Amino acid sequence: MKNLYENEMRLEFLSKSNNEAFARITVAAFASQLDPTIEQLADIKTAVSEAVTNCIIHAYEEKEGIIKIVCKLFADSIVIEISDTGRGIENIEEAKKPLYTSKPNLERSGMGFTIMESFMDEMNVESVLGLGTKVTMKKIITKE
Amino acid sequence: MNCIYTPSSKLLTLEITEEIDHHTAEKIRRRADYEIQRHMPRKTIFDFNSVTFMDSAGIGMIIGRYKMAANFGGTLEIVNVKPSIKRILEMSGIFKLVEIKENIVNEKFV
Ligand SMILES: Nc1ncnc2c1ncn2[C@@H]1O[C@H](COP(=O)(O)OP(=O)(O)O)[C@@H](O)[C@H]1O
Ligand SMILES: [Mg+2]
Repeated sequence: MKNLYENEMRLEFLSKSNNEAFARITVAAFASQLDPTIEQLADIKTAVSEAVTNCIIHAYEEKEGIIKIVCKLFADSIVIEISDTGRGIENIEEAKKPLYTSKPNLERSGMGFTIMESFMDEMNVESVLGLGTKVTMKKIITKE
Repeated sequence: MNCIYTPSSKLLTLEITEEIDHHTAEKIRRRADYEIQRHMPRKTIFDFNSVTFMDSAGIGMIIGRYKMAANFGGTLEIVNVKPSIKRILEMSGIFKLVEIKENIVNEKFV
């Protein structure tokens, strides 16, 4: 019998902003096993960067916490879960709206979720106030 | 970041030489604001020729510099943007504030 997924990778790191590049590059390196195009890899990097930055700025508000990434490779797609145990999101629908940001003073644009949604094929946000947030994204990578 | 100011034309060119995310945007912001305040240029140009990655932190950074340049009576322009980054700029509606130009060769840098 064939495994449901073909490979898996887990990553945990501190919520420091210099880990933003580390996280997106690591996920992209793992994803390259599926032979994505350069554009698909760029999309994945951007989406990961958005989700990880949100953990650092919003979930932990620049205090130290742990960010977890789980990546699963399927025959035709990659699924990426990025989670924190930070403050959580009160109103997910509002948070996902383009241009909505709770921190306009920090020059945030409120485009993070919009970019994740449009650069990936699926995006789902689960959050519990005071407990944390998990963003799950899927990118389809089909072989011709 | 490489900076060139041309007094005769009051033109400030800021060539960004790194990936733009929340981590690097802060440093770029500080340097750009310093240069804009110092020179009060008529036009500030961000040269994106060597920018290979930008996420939404770049949108906030650009809008903030647009405002800073406007405070001193100047405009902001972005040149040599890679397609993947252009998509992000398009989504943000930044084109209404900032002019984006292609294939501008900066003799000073070559
Ligand atoms: N991991 C998270 N933990 C807590 N709040 C979050 C998290 N991710 C996003 N948010 C909330 O959702 C809003 C929108 O996020 P986003 O679209 O990335 O815009 P921005 O980061 O520019 O504010 C944030 O301003 C914040 O209030
Ligand atoms: Mg964000």
